[in-house]
Amino acid sequence: MADTTYTFPIGPVHPALKEPTMFKFVMDGEVVVDVDVQPGINHRGIEFIGMRRNVLQTLHLAERICGICSIVHQYAFTLATERAAQVFEVPERAQYIRIIMAELERLHSHLLWAGVAAHELGFDTLLHLSWKIREDVQDVLEIISGNRVNYAMYYPGGVRRDIPPEKIPRIKKVLDHYKENFQMLADTFLGDPVIKHRTVGVGTLSKKDAIATSTVGPTTRASGVMKDVRFDQPYDAYADIDIKPVIPSNYGFEDAGDVYANIVVRLIEVAQSIEIIEYALDNMPSGPYRAEMNVNKVLMMLRKADGEGFGIHEAPRGEMCHYVRLKENQDNLDAWKVRASTYNNILAWQKKLIGQQIADVSIVAASIDPCIGCMDRVAVVDSRTGKEKIMTDVDFHRLSVEKTKRLRK
Amino acid sequence: MDLKKTFDQALWVFHLNTGSCNGCDIEIVAALTPRYDVERFGIKLVGSPRHADVLLMTGPVTRAMAPRVKRVYNQTPDPKVVLVIGNCGTTTGVFYESYNILGPIDHFLKQIDPDVKIVYVPGCPPRPEAIIDAVAKAWLVLEELRGDNK
Repeated sequence: MADTTYTFPIGPVHPALKEPTMFKFVMDGEVVVDVDVQPGINHRGIEFIGMRRNVLQTLHLAERICGICSIVHQYAFTLATERAAQVFEVPERAQYIRIIMAELERLHSHLLWAGVAAHELGFDTLLHLSWKIREDVQDVLEIISGNRVNYAMYYPGGVRRDIPPEKIPRIKKVLDHYKENFQMLADTFLGDPVIKHRTVGVGTLSKKDAIATSTVGPTTRASGVMKDVRFDQPYDAYADIDIKPVIPSNYGFEDAGDVYANIVVRLIEVAQSIEIIEYALDNMPSGPYRAEMNVNKVLMMLRKADGEGFGIHEAPRGEMCHYVRLKENQDNLDAWKVRASTYNNILAWQKKLIGQQIADVSIVAASIDPCIGCMDRVAVVDSRTGKEKIMTDVDFHRLSVEKTKRLRK
Repeated sequence: MDLKKTFDQALWVFHLNTGSCNGCDIEIVAALTPRYDVERFGIKLVGSPRHADVLLMTGPVTRAMAPRVKRVYNQTPDPKVVLVIGNCGTTTGVFYESYNILGPIDHFLKQIDPDVKIVYVPGCPPRPEAIIDAVAKAWLVLEELRGDNK
């Protein structure tokens, strides 16, 4: 490093993000020259715990990988289990309830992100506004599932609870409320001159880099890459719905991959989710909501199953995968691997942060919607050795390949 | 609940995530934002433990966070109360058999301060109402502590 640079550590306890993670910035004056991310502080060994429990117990553990994206882990895990067992025929009604829950989750997650982004910009009024609007979708989730976070809705072969017809008007009322307020929120985020100054051209990720670092979700769509699991390989009721990946250039904005483009993508996805939920509520067929109601029978079916499955779901933060292997006459999972979306997106930090001013670091870091709770399961880096180590995509890839090799054995 | 001198002073809280899944953390922020709005009582999230009266701790303690829990506790000025929010912080919850979880939060706090005052808020995650109730209880404990110091 040149004489003019200095190292600026942030974390693991810091007020910007709510979760523990550690950055080391090499600075030249106000400009970031190099970034070192040291994850692993939030590592809880969840895959290890999951492989000691049976599938229905792990279902609840999967939900608790992350509290913000709880439902997406459960969804991908359920899909993986069903594909591994190959004995469950999911009823159509259950498929619709599944996507309604997934899209409600996307609504709350994007509104939460909008608030956090506003907070990182120092625009706290907008944080409070977004979170005030977000409380309405929390109400709907509570009406359906009984809990504000961790809804426990998915189940091998269907869903745990039905959405009875008398609850539908209440859900629609909230959706109408969102449609009324959406324009106001969009005008504030996209039209405010201060937000524009802070976000346009800040933390850009070119289309080439977005593909090279294999980012997923809104992070990659903001750079103009057409990538959305719901569009590329539809599952459950998503196959009945015409979903187009949201990229800014389709809506008259620039595919710049900067923070502004990230805001655009997430806001338009809020509107898209509302449309999907409305369609699903109107077209939900009647019938059973679970293939097998008896818990013991489900456990026996899973015990007899032998095979491996891969569940992919388009989470609010992007594509996320669960790999499950079941063995015959064995209660616990034989193998379980989780690949959360932040695991891919965190690679974009290096491209986005270098060359930025230190004041822009928090909004750029937040622009990928990082979810450390999801990500910190694999990479363990000893932060106390003080060794300067840059986690590049090569390092992450090496760790990933090693893990895949271990699983194959 | 008997609040005698309550609200004579704004209560500042510092939030520490010791390995939590985020569920409790978003409920803490939900308690601060307009629906529940604890800021009207002067309860405010601060950026440094040195400014805080109350520590909000969430999550089971991971190997990397164990020394930091103790450090943050020591940095907070007396009198102080710790709020352990969520099942994981009180008992390590669903993560009890992990190799990288060293134990619940009180296990570490009692090592450095046997008289530590802790208010437990169980739930996965607890509702914002429960968190607000716990903060009010912490207030009573703080009043008692201040009385002792006089």
